[in-house]
Formats: sequence, C-alpha cells, structure tokens
Amino acid sequence: MSVQAESGPPLATPTAEPQSVDLRARVARRDRTLRIVLPLAILASALIGWELAVWYFEVRHFILPAPSLIVTTLFTDWPILAPSLVKTLTITFAALSVAVLGGVGLAILFAQSKWVEISFFPFAVILQVTPIIAIAPLILIWVDSTPALLICAWIVAFFPILSNTTLGLNSADHNLRNLFELYGASRWQTLRYLRLPAAMPYFLGGLRIAGGLALIGAIVAEFAAGSAGRSSGLAYRILESSYRLNVPRMFAALLLISITGILIFLVLSLLSHLLLRKWHESALKREN
Amino acid sequence: MTDLATATDGIAGAVPASAGAPVVSLAHVSKRFSNGTLALQDMSLDIRKGDFVSLLGPSGCGKSTALRIIAGLGDATGGRVDWPGDKPRRGDIGFVFQEPTLMPWATVFDNVWLPRRLDGVSRQAARADVEDALDMVGLSAFSGSYPRELSGGMKMRVSIARALVTRPKILLMDEPFAALDEITRFKLNDDLLELWEQHHWTVVFVTHSVFESVYLSSRIVVMAARPGRVTESLVNDAPHPRGEGFRTSEDYAHLCRTASDALHRAMEAAA
Repeated sequence: MSVQAESGPPLATPTAEPQSVDLRARVARRDRTLRIVLPLAILASALIGWELAVWYFEVRHFILPAPSLIVTTLFTDWPILAPSLVKTLTITFAALSVAVLGGVGLAILFAQSKWVEISFFPFAVILQVTPIIAIAPLILIWVDSTPALLICAWIVAFFPILSNTTLGLNSADHNLRNLFELYGASRWQTLRYLRLPAAMPYFLGGLRIAGGLALIGAIVAEFAAGSAGRSSGLAYRILESSYRLNVPRMFAALLLISITGILIFLVLSLLSHLLLRKWHESALKREN
Repeated sequence: MTDLATATDGIAGAVPASAGAPVVSLAHVSKRFSNGTLALQDMSLDIRKGDFVSLLGPSGCGKSTALRIIAGLGDATGGRVDWPGDKPRRGDIGFVFQEPTLMPWATVFDNVWLPRRLDGVSRQAARADVEDALDMVGLSAFSGSYPRELSGGMKMRVSIARALVTRPKILLMDEPFAALDEITRFKLNDDLLELWEQHHWTVVFVTHSVFESVYLSSRIVVMAARPGRVTESLVNDAPHPRGEGFRTSEDYAHLCRTASDALHRAMEAAA
C-alpha cells in the first residue's frame, strides 16, 4: 500500500488568522501567569492578615503564634525538629515502598484467578475500613514501636494501590487479550506486555493517593505511639510541645508535615506525568 | 459482461478458477452461546489458497463468530474446523479487528513487532520483518510514532501490518474498515486489493457492505441472521487488477445488484 499520510502531519495545529493566534497566545500566557500568581497572592494576603491580627489583638503566642514567629521557631528549633522529620519521612517512605510491593504483588496474584481475588479481597477491605487509630494501640502491644509505625502506615497506604492496580490489570482491552491469545502468549507474556502497561495509569493514580495516606498513617500511628512515650517523629514533637504549651513549635512541626505532604504529592504527580506523557489521555493536552 | 456465478444448492462447491487447495475447511460448524442463542448453524465452507472470501450479511448473522472460530478464538459447539495442511502454528493466522486494537503505550514499531516478540524474536532479529510490513502499508516513516498521533486510517494500517508481520497463511479481517470514513475506506480497499494482487494471500473478510465485498473478493458468502447461516455463495471473477475504473464500471454495478439481491433474499429468509 503506497500511501501518503491520509490526513497530513499528525496533531497538526489548526491554522487561523495571525491576529487571532496572537490574541489567543496572549490569553494563554495571561492564564498561565494568573494560575501561579493568583493562589500565591491569596495565600500571602491570608498570612499577612494573620500576622496583623495577632499583632493588633495582641494574641499571646501560646494561643496563636504569628507566622513570623512560626518561621523563626522552625529555624531555632531545627536541631530538634530535623531528626523528627527524618524519622517521619523514613517511616512514610518505607511504608509506601512496602505498600507498592505488597499492593502490586497482591494485585498480580488477584489477577491470576478471580477465586483468589474473591477469597482474599474481603481481608483487604476489612483492613481498609477499620480506622487505623483503633488498631494502632493493638499493634503497639504486639511489636516494637518502629515496626508498629511501619505496619500502621502500610495498612492505610496499600489498599488504594491494591484496588487500583487490580482494576487496571483487569481493564486491558478485550480484543488485545484475544490478540495475545491468538499469538499463543504465555500468562507471563500477557502480564508483562499487556496487563501491566494497561494497569500503569491506574497504579499511578493509586500511588498518588497512597503517598498522602502513608504520611497520614505514619502520623496517626505516631500519635498512638507518642502517648506511650516511645517515639520521636514529628507527631510526637507536636504532642510533646502541646504538653509544654510550646505552641510555636507545634505549628512549626505542623508546617513541616504539610510541606512533606505537598512534596510527596508533587513528586508522585511528576512521576505519573513522566511515565504517561507519551501515550495516556490524562497526560495529553486536548487539541481543539 | 462478468457475472456472479451462484451456487445455492452446492454452497461449498462454487470455486473461483484461481483458487488452490483448501487452507481451512468448515464442516457443519455451529455455535450456540451460553445464553442459548444459536449464533451459527451448520456452516460449511472451504477457504482455498489464494481465495479472497467475503462473509456478507446483516448484523447477527454469525459472520464474526465464524471468523473467530476459524481463528481459534472460541470453539465451535458443533461440527469441525479442519486444516488439511499443517495445523496452524502461532503466526499462521493474521487477525485484523474492527478496531485498530493497538497498544497505546507502544510505538508503531513495537505494536507491529508484538506477534514476533511473543514468539521470542528480539527487536533486532524482527527489525527487517517489521520494516517490510510497515513498508507494505506505507507507514515506514511512522515507526517511532505512538498510535494517538495517527489518524483512524493509519491506525488501521498499523493493525494490518501487525497481522502481516508473521507472513500468515491466512488473513482474517473482521469488518476492518467499517468505522472509517468513506474516502479513507476506499483508499484502504484499493491498497489492500493491490497488496492481494501482488501476494495472493488467503483472506477471509467480514463485511456488511455489498460494495466492499464485490470490489474486493473472489467469492462472496452471503449469510442470514437468527439463526446465523450461509444462504448463498457467489463467485466473483471480475478481472484483476481492479481499480477506480472497476468501481465505476457497469460490470461493477451489475455485480453489486446481484450480490444485493442475494443479501435481500437472505434477510427475507431471516424475517
């Protein structure tokens, strides 16, 4: 079949009047700028309002510290906060890693046979729906504090990975599955070349949720463990500071937790974008 | 004037002069789905080497079911499918679905490589075959593109290249151009026919278009619905090469009317 491409170059941008192109580009540029500037401006004005309100009403710093004091505390208390941050981060990422391995591993196992899935899925659901704060004290009785934290964070993080990956593995195009069957693909080949790539967007969606949940799980478990006085993560610093009415340090620790959560989300979103940008609808700009 | 030889009484008997020994034979094949529907009833058909057979019929006449049974996707519930030569090995059957059915995460090259890859052939070893297949469908320049970057017709070409890459003994096509616009469909029909005239593959082509079936095939098997069955088999020995001239000729119009009448009889039989 000797052909020229049927519809010209792929993904051709529509040509339009130069003037309207110019206008459209300017609107697009303004949109991009506003997208960054607007939220920053709102955030900044909220912080300034907070600072002024604290100053104007002379609020005591153990009731509500001013943003400037929180930032100062973050620097002065850094020697105390830094090891706690490291501890919390370690737990979070260890839990997330185990959740990825366990979630994907179990999902692959589930995908091999619906009977395996039917038999074991209820356990995953039970683990998911039982509030972690209610299980944490039990786990702390059974195992040492660090593994206990890890287990708690893992329990909350692994479910979205498991359920999303299971869904993804089962959503490979049926005709493609027929094609693989036609060419005598082995179970392993079908998994490797068809089902895993098809599951990738679902897995990455689950991973993004799991990243945030791993941090929450770690913090919640630390609170449970912290009340037993055996931990030194950020949540423990918050508890400890509250006993001492060191509210600025509470806020500083809180700030670190928030920043960590945001960074995890951004990193995982970036990872998702990098892995999917070549082919998946979610990572593509609409052409119209 | 060329004529469609009909063979209503001995359906499997009518054979175009050009055809060789049977590649695959269906003997009294039937298929009943698990919900009780009789999708295909007592279908007997010889597909001969070099034959371009169209299965023509309305929706629900079992033409796709028959194609899947030949492909080995799903078993017949009655009758036999015989391969008089060697049993088909992997790669002996090329299948083109109605949708392009490409892997969106893989490049055009990787999509076409797939059948060979599943056979354990490395990228390097398969390169020549893949490039040949892409060359046949005119997409050599697009081997690094992703499916989303291609138009509907180009995706279908990739799908055809993938079916051809193993040099199959028989090419099964399940309404491959039904979802395309008419201009693209005509172009793909022309290109497919040109390839067939060069290589004389054995093709089974499912379609619900009278015009397409007359244009392409050397034999038209007309089927009726509820239950799906063969009603007539027409031999089309209009000379090759067929091109734009044939599509607008009186011969073609006449052949289309004959095939269309057969299709109407089949649909009345169903109603």
